[in-house]
This record gives sequence, structure tokens and C-alpha cells, in this order.
Amino acid sequence: MSMDIQSSEDLPLLQVSNTTKLYGGRIGCKDVSFDLYPGEVLAIVGESGSGKTTLLNSLATRLTPTSGSVNYRNRMGQMRNLYEMSEAERRMLMRTDWGFVHQHPADGLRMTVSAGANVGERLMAVGARHYGNIRDTATDWLGRVEIAEDRIDDDPRAFSGGMRQRLQIARNLVTAPQLVFMDEPTGGLDVSVQARLLDLLRGLVADLGLSVIIVTHDLAVARLLSHRILVMRHGHVIESGLTDQVLDDPQESYTQLLVSSILQP
Amino acid sequence: MTNTPKTKVLVSDLAKSFKMHLRDGLEIPVVSGVNFSVSAGECVVLGGPSGSGKSSILKMIYANYRCQKGQILITDGDEIVNVADATPRRIIRLRETTIGYVSQFLRAIPRVPALTLVAEPLMAQGVAEDEAFERAGNLLSRLNVPERLWQLPPATFSGGEQQRVNIARGFIAHYPILLLDEPTASLDAANRAVVVELVEEKKTQGVAMVGILHDHDVRDAIADRIIDVTSFASAA
Repeated sequence: MSMDIQSSEDLPLLQVSNTTKLYGGRIGCKDVSFDLYPGEVLAIVGESGSGKTTLLNSLATRLTPTSGSVNYRNRMGQMRNLYEMSEAERRMLMRTDWGFVHQHPADGLRMTVSAGANVGERLMAVGARHYGNIRDTATDWLGRVEIAEDRIDDDPRAFSGGMRQRLQIARNLVTAPQLVFMDEPTGGLDVSVQARLLDLLRGLVADLGLSVIIVTHDLAVARLLSHRILVMRHGHVIESGLTDQVLDDPQESYTQLLVSSILQP
Repeated sequence: MTNTPKTKVLVSDLAKSFKMHLRDGLEIPVVSGVNFSVSAGECVVLGGPSGSGKSSILKMIYANYRCQKGQILITDGDEIVNVADATPRRIIRLRETTIGYVSQFLRAIPRVPALTLVAEPLMAQGVAEDEAFERAGNLLSRLNVPERLWQLPPATFSGGEQQRVNIARGFIAHYPILLLDEPTASLDAANRAVVVELVEEKKTQGVAMVGILHDHDVRDAIADRIIDVTSFASAA
């Protein structure tokens, strides 16, 4: 999967230290620290309410952490604290260098414009202006996510759930981002649709050498896609490490419970 | 192969136990005081009855299991890496280039064809797609997996077919260290013979191997040394 992990410099892409998000007196997530390297896929697992999504949003600048810092290495190689950037810089990062794949495609797509425009819009945000080129690139990306060319002018309201999710992925990846956040990208899909999406994601992540932080409650998804895993409970990271090691030899009581609760088909 | 250090794996004072939190913290000792080493071109077989900890030792070397105590030193080019305390990134790199693992069970991935599954470890090492697929096909042929199955995902294959796909996936790439977890269990005689050949080829390439093999014929054919794991039994 990743000659990228070694060849691209041995410096972290994202450095998270003591990130804490409190909702009043209640803990969203507390004192989370980790480094993410280029080409690495990190899964955040835990049950509902464990703070997975709060953490993801606090890293992706969708929520402002109460304390702690999140440093990101930009394409110029400079390490910058996200929360010391201007709002405009952060928005630019989100539109170009980063992607965010929502659980519900409607949150990440513009439902009233065509599939082609959903993909083209991101390209225009990075300066593409030539209509023909934009349309060609959009068509190419729809093909890569297995959406037929003749659907390019339909708007996503006419798409099935699985197609919408694949369109959302194309919209996010078209600008060749360095880092993609995913919040339960396969949640709410039929298993056969989920399998197709997972296969697609697995291929794209490897081909593009993406760094990914993926939130999932599905340990099988974590095993298939991620190199490393963070297990969260009550807002704290209680166990972390190599994905297969954490899943096959869990150390903490709660992780053992999670792993032993999976139904075997 | 000149100038490479002879010892590839050095295990010293290794100990493992499982703590079952869901059983009131019951502590299950597995092994302790595990000491052995494996040289280039040597196949060491772990012997002992089921439950004596053979698989656990193999999984600790692959960093699939953690260990409570001891060291697992791996020669990686001109570096020595202690798997017992290496970072996840270092382990991932070791698994791409240095340590391979052949298990009895295939973890099928939805929609991925058998041929791709087998070719993947080669492509991860930078071999071009065409060549990787060609070599994958050759190996599947040697293991008598019919060509009509190559483009299908193995989820629906028979147990024996899945196992042979897995063996092909495990043997296709060159790793200086190869771990064999009962690769011949439930194979017929013809396919067992192919696995014996594959192991012999790895030996001549200087690969250091640690294996678990219940089949006596295969074990006698490939083992250079047998280590009795019961001597590492933890005092319960």
C-alpha cells in the first residue's frame, strides 16, 4: 500500500497535542494527542457518544477546541497551528488541501446542482477556469467512482444513497487533497453497496497515497482501511496502536468488550 | 546476499499472557522465557501440542500480538529493529519489505479478485502491475488454482482454494523473514508437495523461516531444527 510512507519525508503531516473540547462542563473529547504521517490511515473507533465525531470536527476546524493545539504541515512544508490561522486561510485549506466526507451525502454535496458541477466546483476553488477541462476532469472522476458518464448532468437528488456517497468522494478527491477526514462514510448503506464503496476507498487511498482520519463504529471497516486505530470511550483515547494488534490482542477492558461484541456472519 | 548478517531473528526472554477483563481480570499465562534465533536460509519449526503457544510466538514476531516482556530483534537491511517496542509505522514498513506471514486463513476482501489479492504484496514492493499479475498467475497455476477462478473474489471459494490463494499471496514476494502458520493444513498431497518446493526455493534465496507444521511429512521435509515450545510453558 505505501512506499509513500517511507519515501515522502519522515515528518508528520498533522500533530495533535492535548486537544480538548468541552461542552460547558461536559467532556466532548479530552487530552487527545497523536501524530499522523503522510500516507497513513488512522481510524477512530468507539460507540455512539464516545467523542469520535467531536474529535474529528475539532481536528478539521469544524469545531473550535477548548484547549490544545493542532499543527498541520502545508504544501510548502511549514508547520502551522490551525487555530492561529485566519478564518480565510482555514477555509482555503478546507477547499483545496483537505477533504471532508460526511456520513450523509446531503451534508457534503450541493443537492440542487448537477453531479458534474458538484465536482467542478471544487476545481474552480483551486483556480480551474476552462470549462472544457473542468468537465473532462469531472467526467474522469465520475468514472473513477463508477458513476456512468450519462449521469453527469443529473443532480444528486436523482441518485441512490450509494451513488451520492461516491459522488461526495469524487467531489472531495478531485483537488488531490493531502488529508481527508471521513465521518462514518459507509454508515447507513446496504452491505453490498458498502462493500463496493469500501473497495473503491481502499483503492483510491492507496493509489493517491492519501492521509486519512476515518471515524467509524464498524471494526471491520477499520480493519480493512486503516493502519492505526484509536479507541475512544467517554471522550478519552483509552487504547491505540497498530490496527490488527489492537483488534486481535486488545489490552483494555472496554476494547475487549467491543471486539467480543461483533457478530460473526 | 553478501555481507548480510547471518542471524535474522533473535528472540530473547520473551513472555506473553492474556488478561481477560471480561472474566474478572483472569490472567492466562501463555509462554515465558522464550529464547531462540533463526539464521538466513534456515527453517525453524516450533513443535508442541495445541495450546502450547506456538501461534502466539509467531504472532508476536509479526507484532500482531503484544508481548509483556523480552525482545524480538529483526535484522532489517543494516538495521536491527526490536519488534517488541517498535512504532506502528516501523512495523508497517517491516511488513512491506522484511517480514511475511503465511496463515491458514484468507481474509477475503469484498470485490477484490483472487489474482489481485495475490499480486498485491509485490505491487506494494514496487513491482510493476503487469509483472505482478503475471507472477501471481504463475504461482496460482503451480498451486493448481484453476484459471477460471482468478478474476473472482475468493469469498465463495472452497476452503482449500482459499487457502491456496493465501499461500500464493504469502509466498509471492521476497521477504528476508517468512513466518509459516500451518500453511499445509488440509491441503492434498500434490499441493503439500508444491508448498515444500516453495519453502526449499526460499531457503536457497537465504530466507529465514519460522513455522508451525502439524503435518509430519512436511515438517520432516523442511525443518532444519525443531524447537519444543513446551519448554517455554509459563508456570500457571
